[in-house]
Amino acid sequence: MRNMKLTLKIWRQSGPNAKGEMKTYPVNDVSEDMSFLEMLDVLNDDLVRKGEEPIAFDHDCREGICGSCSLFINGEAHGPGRMITTCQLHMRKFKDGDTIHVEPWRSGAFPVIKDLAVDRSAFDRIQAAGGFVSVNTSGNLVDGNAVPIPKDDADTAFDAATCIGCGACVATCVNSSAMLFVAAKVSQFALLPQGKPEAKRRVLAMVEQMDKEGFGNCSNTGACEVECPKGISLEHIARMNREYLTASATKD
Amino acid sequence: MSMLDSKIPEGPIERKWTDHKGHIRVVAPANKRRIDVIVVGTGLAGASAAASLAELGYNVKAFCFQDSARRAHSIAAQGGINAAKNYQNDGDSVYRLFYDTVKGGDYRAREANVYRLAEVSANIIDQCVAQGVPFARDYGGLLDNRSFGGVQVSRTFYARGQTGQQLLLGAYSALMRQVGKGAVKMFDRHEMLDVVVIDGKARGIIARNLITGGIERHGAHAVLLCTGGYGNVFFLSTNAMGSNVTAAWKAHKRGAFMANPCYTQIHPTCIPVSGTHQSKLTLMSESLRNDGRIWVPKSLEDAQAIRDGKKKGSDIPEADRDYYLERRYPAFGNLVPRDVASRAAKERCDAGFGVNKTGEAVYLDFGAAIQRYGKQQATLQHIDDPTAEQIRELGTAVVSEKYGNLFDMYENIVGENPYLHAMKIYPAVHYTMGGLWVDYNLQTTVPGLFALGECNFSDHGANRLGASALMQGLADGYFVIPYTVGDYLADDIRTGPIDIKNTAFDEAEKAVTERIDHFLNNKGTKPVDDFHRRLGKVMWDKCGMARNAQGLQEAITEIRRIREEFWKDVRVPGKANEFNQELEKAGRVADFLELGELMCKDALERNESCGGHFREEYQTPEGEALRDDADYAHAAAWEWTGEAGAANLHKEELKFDVVKLTQRSYK
Repeated sequence: MRNMKLTLKIWRQSGPNAKGEMKTYPVNDVSEDMSFLEMLDVLNDDLVRKGEEPIAFDHDCREGICGSCSLFINGEAHGPGRMITTCQLHMRKFKDGDTIHVEPWRSGAFPVIKDLAVDRSAFDRIQAAGGFVSVNTSGNLVDGNAVPIPKDDADTAFDAATCIGCGACVATCVNSSAMLFVAAKVSQFALLPQGKPEAKRRVLAMVEQMDKEGFGNCSNTGACEVECPKGISLEHIARMNREYLTASATKD
Repeated sequence: MSMLDSKIPEGPIERKWTDHKGHIRVVAPANKRRIDVIVVGTGLAGASAAASLAELGYNVKAFCFQDSARRAHSIAAQGGINAAKNYQNDGDSVYRLFYDTVKGGDYRAREANVYRLAEVSANIIDQCVAQGVPFARDYGGLLDNRSFGGVQVSRTFYARGQTGQQLLLGAYSALMRQVGKGAVKMFDRHEMLDVVVIDGKARGIIARNLITGGIERHGAHAVLLCTGGYGNVFFLSTNAMGSNVTAAWKAHKRGAFMANPCYTQIHPTCIPVSGTHQSKLTLMSESLRNDGRIWVPKSLEDAQAIRDGKKKGSDIPEADRDYYLERRYPAFGNLVPRDVASRAAKERCDAGFGVNKTGEAVYLDFGAAIQRYGKQQATLQHIDDPTAEQIRELGTAVVSEKYGNLFDMYENIVGENPYLHAMKIYPAVHYTMGGLWVDYNLQTTVPGLFALGECNFSDHGANRLGASALMQGLADGYFVIPYTVGDYLADDIRTGPIDIKNTAFDEAEKAVTERIDHFLNNKGTKPVDDFHRRLGKVMWDKCGMARNAQGLQEAITEIRRIREEFWKDVRVPGKANEFNQELEKAGRVADFLELGELMCKDALERNESCGGHFREEYQTPEGEALRDDADYAHAAAWEWTGEAGAANLHKEELKFDVVKLTQRSYK
């Protein structure tokens, strides 16, 4: 198995207010079994040994579930390949001699912290606005099987709930809209009986916070669904829109 | 006599928790407002504890090093969560869950804690359902279950292969609800770098803001560490890259005893190592052992041919395959506990039967399951005389519905379709049963300092059963700490806010700053990972799936050498007052280099085999772990004495009033 030589063009920015630029790094000896992030590890190892600053990027679980990693690779969120995060992208997707462009998520609501790491705390604030069921911890709850939930509803709610909050939808959207992220949470709870009592309040509060954070509007291009590593469907946006309309029309 | 007081309540085991809850002190609502609690870590234990304590009225500050509380590594747990609901009518009960867990832990857990865990397990499911956690359901709309290793009932609740994610997002939503109300102040991208102890009590922490590099002081009346396990001491593990021991280790250095550090869980079903660039290992959920059969070829020639690429697994006829778990353990078959399955895989690979290039892999095969489900579906769909192709297609669809995300994950990493070719798997470091010693109230040996979830040592003995980590994390956070911390805090209702100008804060902050300065001013040559990888290799080779006295002694010498070199030669670029990931790693690896030595020392001290701790000198004629209950039925709790490697041993005798100690058998 031969190893690849690649040219990386990577966004470097020393801090939130610094001016950034693309810098070029040749990397040799890239094995096709490496993950994309392991390839960056090798580059960073080399940079540190040479006395240069390594490239900052967010990552943690490296198995596609924590939602930390966030690279825009060759113009695509999480790079080529569908239904995967950057940490699940393996170098066998690339060819010897390729030039690869690596940038951070680009959105006004996700300011750059350093190099490829961005601040996604806006998502937490949206969640805090209404992304929950108002139930306290209790030692005296009703039995989990007291309310049967149709399997289809539970499955669809689960599909929505698999969102990892990585922000690929925002990074991909021409308008930097966070609709897919917000819809996933609204939809999960809208489909379950436990979420019904405060459904109206929830959708209004979460959408209001989303707007405050400076995310753009949805213009139905559908790019978010394509790039979403968990395949969250646009149907959830449609469901949220219905929820929102109903809630707006009937609010006191 | 030991100075350890486990504070196990009196009375029969099934009454202990109820009576204890009924008698311990509580803090009145008006007084809770005057009390501050710090929670470090936002995984299942931390998020559930922070949310529950804020609901009760305490002022909570929660910390995580990730960029969001939702990303704590509990998120990656795949298979499920146990609960003694007995929905399947298969004879499950609180007692059976308790018994299975004590036995699964090879009789090295504290009975009273395990019983309480089993007792509250059912509440956890109810709580999560109420929060809107979308568990798997059957067509009747009721909750579905599956089986996990080491048990003979179906008590595992799940959400496809992403149970940890769904439970954590449930706890995270409860946490964010309190953040929205201002009851929890959330500090993400903050790393705890020391515990502050004033007059013998934990009164706060020193944390570093990972974005600005600012060193911060936070005072509180109690500090809860919910910071997970230390599997990353092995460098390669299924843990997230950031998972670390630093918070627990700092607590240890401030007086909290570290218990049973050598108890490490090596998970049998992980994707094998592919090369030297490898940064982490990926787990394939234990749930796969419900349907997957584990085997290697019966003959060495076939194994060699497979390693040379001349044969494939599918070329080996049924009669020439060795389903070694089914052969050795007919009663539990492929669902033996993790320690047993891992050792059996190692035994076959060491004997030359491994099936990948490195010789360190066995097959996990779904061929039989695809056939079985295919035929079942053909019957259900009234297809008479289905073709082999039809059966395969129907069966594949069922397997995909059950385990699709895991199969996709495998294909992504390995580049081979696991529906067509049997998966290749090998054991990898996954979980650490050892951790901070805590009493029945989850309090460490430092008053006011509590440890929850994987961070403590109390519930899993020497081996954890599958789907029990999620159960323990949520049990501790939702249903134990809200009661027990109140008993401690009842003395603090008149204390008033903790003064962060106290000299103890000065001293702790100074130590933190000095260490950071050392790293940045060190004129070394090698990056942090260089040392971490070397430490990991020593740990894996000499304190991994099998240990012996000579290897452990060598490991201690080697770790000391690496540690010395690390302090002299590590190179950490960048500055203190900025986002600096190399600096973060340096601090963590410095602590791993001390912990590693303690793990070896603990393993050396324990002259028996039990659960995940397998000393080669102590085994039965069949190669099973051979315990020594007369001398080692205790938890080994280590006290820091000022220098790595010089810890003092204290013993907590484990009394088994309910379960009878026997040789663990899964035959």
